[in-house]
Amino acid sequence: MNWADLNLMPALPEMFLLGALSVILILDLFISDAKRGITYALSLLTLLVCAVIQVSTFEPFATITLSGMFVDDPLSDIVKVAMYGVTALVLVYTRQYVKDRGLFKGEYFTLTLFALLGMNLMVSASNFVSLYMGLELLSLSLYSLIALQRESGRAIEAAMKYFVLGALASGLLLYGVSMVYGATGSLDLAKVAQAIASGSANQTLLVFGLVFIVAGLAFKLGAVPFHMWVPDVYQGSSTAMTLMIGAAPKLAAFVFVIRILVQGLGEMMADWQGMLVILAVLSMAIGNLTAIAQTNLKRMLAYSTISHMGFLLLGLIAGNAEGYSAALFYVIVYVLTSLAGFGILLGLSRAGFECETLDDLKGLNGRNSWYALLMLLALFSMAGIPPLAGFYAKFAVIQAIVNVNLLWLAVVAVLMSLIGAFYYLRAVKVMYFDDVQDNSPIAIPGDMKLVLSLNAVALLVLGAMPERLIAMCVEAMKQSLVVL
Amino acid sequence: MFANPLSLVIWTPIVAGLLVLATGGDQRAPLARWLALAGAVLGFLVSLPLFTQFDNLHGGMQFVENMPWIESLGINYHLGVDGISMLFIVLNSFTTLMVILAGWEVIQKRTAQYMAAFLIMSGLINGAFAALDAILFYVFFEGMLIPMYLIIGVWGGPRRVYASIKFFLYTLLGSLLMLVAFIYLYFQAGKSFDIQAFQALKQIPLQVQILLFIAFFLSFAVKVPMWPVHTWLPDAHVEAPTGGSMVLAAITLKIGAYGFLRFALPIVPDASIELAPIMVGLSLVAVVYIGLVALVQTDMKKLVAYSSISHMGFVTLGMFLFTGSQMNAWAVEGALVQMVSHGFVSAAMFFCIGVMYDRVHSRNIADYGGVANKMPIFAAFMMLFGMANSGLPATSGFVGEFMVIMGAVQVNFLVAALAATTLIFGAAYTLWMYKRVIFGDVDNHHVEEMKDVNKREFLILVILAVTVLGMGLYPQLFVEKMHLSVNELIAHVAQSKL
Repeated sequence: MNWADLNLMPALPEMFLLGALSVILILDLFISDAKRGITYALSLLTLLVCAVIQVSTFEPFATITLSGMFVDDPLSDIVKVAMYGVTALVLVYTRQYVKDRGLFKGEYFTLTLFALLGMNLMVSASNFVSLYMGLELLSLSLYSLIALQRESGRAIEAAMKYFVLGALASGLLLYGVSMVYGATGSLDLAKVAQAIASGSANQTLLVFGLVFIVAGLAFKLGAVPFHMWVPDVYQGSSTAMTLMIGAAPKLAAFVFVIRILVQGLGEMMADWQGMLVILAVLSMAIGNLTAIAQTNLKRMLAYSTISHMGFLLLGLIAGNAEGYSAALFYVIVYVLTSLAGFGILLGLSRAGFECETLDDLKGLNGRNSWYALLMLLALFSMAGIPPLAGFYAKFAVIQAIVNVNLLWLAVVAVLMSLIGAFYYLRAVKVMYFDDVQDNSPIAIPGDMKLVLSLNAVALLVLGAMPERLIAMCVEAMKQSLVVL
Repeated sequence: MFANPLSLVIWTPIVAGLLVLATGGDQRAPLARWLALAGAVLGFLVSLPLFTQFDNLHGGMQFVENMPWIESLGINYHLGVDGISMLFIVLNSFTTLMVILAGWEVIQKRTAQYMAAFLIMSGLINGAFAALDAILFYVFFEGMLIPMYLIIGVWGGPRRVYASIKFFLYTLLGSLLMLVAFIYLYFQAGKSFDIQAFQALKQIPLQVQILLFIAFFLSFAVKVPMWPVHTWLPDAHVEAPTGGSMVLAAITLKIGAYGFLRFALPIVPDASIELAPIMVGLSLVAVVYIGLVALVQTDMKKLVAYSSISHMGFVTLGMFLFTGSQMNAWAVEGALVQMVSHGFVSAAMFFCIGVMYDRVHSRNIADYGGVANKMPIFAAFMMLFGMANSGLPATSGFVGEFMVIMGAVQVNFLVAALAATTLIFGAAYTLWMYKRVIFGDVDNHHVEEMKDVNKREFLILVILAVTVLGMGLYPQLFVEKMHLSVNELIAHVAQSKL
């Protein structure tokens, strides 16, 4: 290796994040439980500095560094900034909740930051090895975060399930990668793409590898038929951890899929498109239909996530710049929406009480009409009803697939979103039409109330003016994916 | 943007609605009421210039405003009205004012939210009529489901949950398929969502046209509603509060019929002609069969709801009477007059039922009898609206029905004869109900305790009565506005796209 050529600048945010989190890790040892707020503040500060570095070092092109292991392109920048923001929101939303449950410990923050580092790596990896490292760093942090609530049997069960199935998925992925390596002789995404394009690679081996890779990715995304873990983990984990799993990792997983399928295996699009069509249709159908039968809100939102992943895949199926940027927009809006929804659930929970069934929302409008309105915005955004942001997300992916003449798939997608509308409507019904059952006051800390309000109102504002964000997604995709 | 009258009629009520919502809980209900009234009055005032400054000699779009909105997806903020849509914007702004007054002291629970929902919905409805970009239309068209869902569900009757979810899902089913149709047309029209570009498409194969027509049909027929997808309407009406029923009958149903005129007929004319016999058949079923269904209702609101379906059958009938590829000008204008007239009459009928319901808390015909003895002023007004609902000459109800029947006679005598039965059925179910409720001896102590209308109710009744009579005696005022636009539409539909 030539040290003079070593360019560390693109990885500056990651290096800062690692340094800062090591400092927090050590510093926290000397902080008493009463002063844990310092750790919390330092973590938020770290996220802020990361975001500042990320934005100030922005360049509208891709830079590959660290011997081809790491890439810094607009796609990764936009997603990373989103992840910093999302993680900060998660920390704000969960503070009171974890305090009430005795989880407001140093590990909570360091594990969260480690998970973020893993996600950053997933988003910026340009080699199968670094991709896998990022994925494992994220997954192992998440397993331990769930298991942090160690006196709860349900949480431990969820962590175990997540761990076992996650390990299986990683195994599938690695097996597939090994076949691709066998066929192309490289682990570098660009070289893999070249080898496939030149036609010298063994096609049978490649397709076999692709099947395993797609299965592994579907596991990570939670697409049917590899979705079994999602409802159990969502329900079993404490709501704070559910939010953690359901938010930023979805962003990272999306870019992870783009890196592997589009940048690495883009030449095999015809092969993976067919597989994704099946995954997407099944996810939308099973996710939405099963969600109807749920009375537990967290489980319902888990199935709703599955169906949203189906919609996300539609953007990938389109296989062009419009489709990928539509999918990127979709995942950002989805994460923003589910943050608002879970944020309300966290706010309604208190020490000794978990807000997690439909009945717990009964008469929310009578208890506090502002939180009911925020939840209403989140639910209608998930259902894709205009003028909320969720509509434009669905619209963009459907437009992308109609553009490639998959009209039938568009019809299936809208019919599935009709089915989906039912259970969101039921949740709204419970909040607005039913009488108040539990009249205990809702105590949401001031800062969280402010952030939560901004978060939910952003769905409406984004619905009125989505152009900026969509244009950013389109630009980022165009500048990042050379194959386009 | 806010200088344009169309933007004003859309955003004034929405902003007012948000302000009303911000007044908060029921302890500040009086403030919410007055603020809502101010918003509604303002909304009505800003809609008036559309009517007065409308150029009758100009058939195209007026008050046009066009600017990019979501460029990446090809969506524009494109507004404009012709003689058809302009009338409905004014009608809607007027109805909203009536609705706010009608709910004045009746709504005691979450008053601010109630008033805000109606104001916001009013803005969205204006948007749907004014939009010239298909997706902008869709956003308004779907967006109004949210306030309506809440209005039925929160302030409705015992079966409100069932009714509101049924209403929402029925309407959503239709419109989602229309969304796919819009996206398909977007690519056909050279990446544009402009409705006028859709209409200007030169060639669409018949099979594609028929599929597109089905998508439009599902969306708009549910809204109208046409038989057999009408079943949500009686449920929604019966459970909705008085104001909800007024808006639903007076305005939202019209959006369905308007959709046929703006989208289905001009975009896919050949499919419209091809499928016209089916449309005429369904319309006649609505007119005759639903008229008979209305006859046997025991619930007043249900009766008027079925009567609405039957009257809307007339509207769709008028739109799909073709001679060759030529729409019938009489029938189309008659359908439009019928739409406007029905907006006033049905709002008035639902308001009358609301007045009685507030006193007795029953919608059953059997629970009344002899109301005229206790409420003579009210009985006189309701008589007028009942006559208008049955299509008596000199009321607005007569003009539209007469014009459609005239048109039908030119096209097909049998169709005309069947359609004309409405004059009998309409009179039968309306007047029979009126007789049982209003005339006779005082039946029970509830009726005994009824007091005649108060000043607020009187005011609403007078305003509605003046419009109903005015439209019946001088329909020219409305017809001259729509005349050129209708002629242009007919000329456009006559050009085949095969």
